Order: sequence, then structure tokens, then C-alpha cells
Amino acid sequence: MLDVSILEQKAKEIRIDVIKSLKEAGSGHLGASLGLADIFTVLYFYELHHKAGVSDWHARDRLILSIGHAAPVLYVSLAHSGYFHPDELKTLRKLGSRLQGHPALCYKLPGVETTSGSLGHGLSIAVGMAISMIIDKTSHKVYCILGDGELQEGSVWEAAMSAAHYKLDNLVAIVDRNEVQIDGNTSEVMDIENLEEKWLGFGWDVLECNGNDIADIIKSFNIAREKTKPVVIIAHTKMGKGVPEIEGNYKWHGKVPNSKQAEKFIDAIINT
Amino acid sequence: MFTNKGNTATKIGFREGLVEIASENKNVLGLGADITSSVGMDLFAKKFPERFFSFGIAEQNIAAVAAGMALSDKIPFFSTYGVFATLRCADQIRISICYNNVPVKIGGAHAGISVGPDGATHQALEDISIMRTLPNMTVLSPCDANQTKIATIASVKQVNGPCYIRFGRAEFPNFTDENLEFIVGKGQVLKKGSDVSIIATGHMVWEALEAAKFLKNKSINAQVINIHTIKPIDKELIIEAAKKTGAIVTAEEHQIYGGLGSAVAEILSQYYPVPMRIVGMPDCFGESGKPNELMNKYGLTAKNIVQNVMDLVHPL
Ligand SMILES: [Mg+2]
Repeated sequence: MLDVSILEQKAKEIRIDVIKSLKEAGSGHLGASLGLADIFTVLYFYELHHKAGVSDWHARDRLILSIGHAAPVLYVSLAHSGYFHPDELKTLRKLGSRLQGHPALCYKLPGVETTSGSLGHGLSIAVGMAISMIIDKTSHKVYCILGDGELQEGSVWEAAMSAAHYKLDNLVAIVDRNEVQIDGNTSEVMDIENLEEKWLGFGWDVLECNGNDIADIIKSFNIAREKTKPVVIIAHTKMGKGVPEIEGNYKWHGKVPNSKQAEKFIDAIINT
Repeated sequence: MFTNKGNTATKIGFREGLVEIASENKNVLGLGADITSSVGMDLFAKKFPERFFSFGIAEQNIAAVAAGMALSDKIPFFSTYGVFATLRCADQIRISICYNNVPVKIGGAHAGISVGPDGATHQALEDISIMRTLPNMTVLSPCDANQTKIATIASVKQVNGPCYIRFGRAEFPNFTDENLEFIVGKGQVLKKGSDVSIIATGHMVWEALEAAKFLKNKSINAQVINIHTIKPIDKELIIEAAKKTGAIVTAEEHQIYGGLGSAVAEILSQYYPVPMRIVGMPDCFGESGKPNELMNKYGLTAKNIVQNVMDLVHPL
């Protein structure tokens, strides 16, 4: 029996290290990384077939973080999984660091599958990887994390169309549906609803979950794994989740805490 | 000297080269963008249906899908008209292909104004400029059908990272030998000379050879250099040519800004400045017409090369 509370504790640790590394960096994006901490915890400590010591293991599942600005939660998850020493998290966004502001393959940080940061590329890359797996007759999967604002990029829908065309049952997309983006609410900046109907119309299976509820995320992945066509999980999250005073506030998309705030935020995470 | 073995479209070279390298290397994949036969990918699709993937009219997707395949140890080729292959998906090429530094091979068809009657929308005249500014990108611009075949094969065998291969639609002289040595990054001296060097690429190489013949009658001994690799460019050969002949004329079926002429000027201005002229599209859009009519109208012929040489070698 899976102990959800262990994963919940892990998610807290990941959030704390996200805050610490961003405070240290002095710039970056806090909101999405906190909002995605539960999903990353489930991915790296439950769902993904991966081996931290063998980052080029051929049969590994691939995780594509299409929203590259959520790099901190990826880096922290990789460090906690054992891909590199957590001390290196302190180098985030600094000169010469393998932890670039947005993930960059050429710095050879173990566990980073591709460069990302220009929105609208990730799902296409995931499609290319999923097709390659089918050519190679391997049975692993590709997971792709998209932002909800990112869905305004037309190229995402080109990719969605092609995934359904090739019936990629080894592809799982996760939409970080926090309903906000830099300029404000997605409904005001450029409405993306009705999201479920859009994905269904493009030939995908659609699941929804509370993206900040570990048990609910696990349930969705368990269902997604059995699907015979590409599946998207619309994960309802809160930007800044875990720190009540910033939860849901789009102004924390591209902000980082100072030392005092960081301390306060970490206390809030420990005490919930 | 070189003789024309028969007019052939350079895209035929791509078509044959792609099949040849795919027969040798099982990792070579082909991605179609709806115009597969028009861009010379039809033969590959027919011979290797299990390695051909149609993506329709969606260049941004195709470029990043190719990146995903290349990240999975494949060597994907995607090909469409050069205008779309380089501009519609420029961001995907920059980030997902070039910054990732993965072996995606891009076939840029319908290069130059000789595309003809389709008009300016379909005439790739800025592609060299855009592709050569991207770090990690190799840019090939072979001079005839035979060389395009060799270049297509070389894009896999000699280039580990991203590569753009430029080729055209109209039939032009096919004159190089199938066994002519092709080294990515090395220019070819096709004719030696001492008075001026004509440095050309693509279809303009034949025009340069024709110009050299004409100049001989005027007692000007012109050297002709084929730059089939725009990036990395053969800096040494260009400096050597400047030292030897003291005057340079470049010729390309591409805008005068950002193409071969610019690349040569970047080198000469820094390392060995000599008088120079650039023959190319004069910073304007093309139009409909027959290939030869357009080449004439926009100054892309042997005659224009000769005029520019005379300008330099016999100044007023
Ligand atoms: Mg959002």
C-alpha cells in the first residue's frame, strides 16, 4: 500500500528547496514551481521509470518540461532523486552553473532531457520522442508538462493534432491549470476554455485532477497509463501552492522571495 | 574545364542523396510537410514507408518533432520550401534544434529567385542569412545536382549537429564530377587565376565559370571558387584568394545582405581587406516569371559578374 503521507512530506521538502534556491538566485519564477511541486513529487517518486545513476538509460521514461521557467522544481526533484548533489541547487542561475535559468541540454545536468523555455515546443518534442520509442519498439512513456497560458501558442495544437494522428498511447501531457499567467487571469488575457472540449476535439483522452492533491494525481496517472491514445491530464493547481499568502496570486509568477520572505514562506510550508 | 552534362534541378540531388544515406543508415527518418514530391522526399517515402512520417502543413511542429527524434538517437530530415523551413519555424530551429545541438537535417527547397512563376512568396532569398546566424548550424549550398547529392550524404556523414541544405527547383547545368571530393567547410577552387577571385555558391557557380571564360577574352585571368559550405566558411581559402588575386567578387542567388557576400566581407574586412563586389538580390522581393527572365532582371547572371569584375580590375 502506497503511503501518500510520505510523498506529501517529500513535496514539502521540494517546495522548501525551491524557495531556498530561488532566494539564492535572486531572480526566477516561484509561482509555477510551487504549484507543480506535488505533480513533480508523484512523477519522480512514483510514476516515472528512471534511474538517477544512469541518466542515459535507454529504457527510461522521458519528462519534458515545456514550461522551462518552472526549472527550479525540475532541478530540485532531480537533486532529491539523486541525479546530482543538492548543494548544486545553490548555483541556480549563476555564471557557469549547470542549472541555467531555463533548462539547457548543453550544460549536461543529469536528468535534463531537452532545452526548453521558448513556449510551444515541448509537446512537439514529446511527440518526436514518442514516435521514436514506437520505432524502437520500447514500452516506456513520455510525459510533457505544459502551462495553461502556453496553450495560447498555436504550435501546441499542431503537436496535439499529430499525437492523435499517430495514436501515441505512450504520451501523457499534463496541463498546469492554475488559471493565471504573467499579465493576469487566463480568462482575461486570452481565454483558453473550453479546455476539455478542445483536447477531446483534437482526438485526445482527457482526465482532470486536483494537481495539488497527491492521491488524486496518482489516481490520474494510474488511469492514464492504461489509455490507448494520447491522454492529457488537466491538473488544477494553485500558483504559489503551499505558501498561503501568495497562493493564486499571479504577481508571484516571475518573482522570488528575499531572505526574510523566504524564511516566512518556509515556516508556512513546515506548519501546514 | 567543366562541361554541362545536362540541365538538372538540384532537388534531384537531394532526392537521390537522401535515399542513398537512408539505405546506409537505419536511423535516418524523413518528415513530410505535405509537399514531399515537390521537395524531393517522395522517393524516400516510397522506399522507406516505415521511416517516413507525414506531418502536414505545420512547420513549427515538424521542426520540434524532429528535435525530439534527434534527442532519441534518430537522424531526421525534414524538407519544405526554404522560405517556410527557415522562417515559419525559426524559433524551433534556434532553440530545440540548434541550442540542443541535435542532428536534424533541414532540406531548404525552392531556393533562390529561379523558383520562377510562383513569385516572391515562395522564393527563398533570406534563408542563408537566417540559418548562418544560428550557433551550431552548418549551412550547405551545393552548386549542382551531383554536388547536392553528395552534400545530402555528407550532412549525415560529416556533420554531427544540425544542418541546412539549400537546393533549387529549376533545371540548371549539372557539371561537377560525382567523385569530386566534398569536405564540409572546405571551398573548392574550380579554376585557378591571378587577377580576380569570383567566389560563388549554388546556381551562381556555373555563372561564375561562364564569366571566367568571357573574362579570358578580355585578358583577365579569373579564379573561380565554389563555396558549398557557407558555415563554417573556409576562411583560409578566402584570405588566400584575396592575397593572391587582390580583388574579390562574390555571387549568390540570395539577398546581398547576410548571405555569402556578407560572410566573405566579414572575413576580408578583418583579416585582409581588398576591393570587393557582391552580386546578389538587391534588397528587394522577387516576382513571377521564367527562371532565366528573373535571373536576368535581378542581375544574377555571368554578365553581371563580368561587369562587377571589370569594375574592380579596370577601374575608371
Ligand atoms: Mg498558468
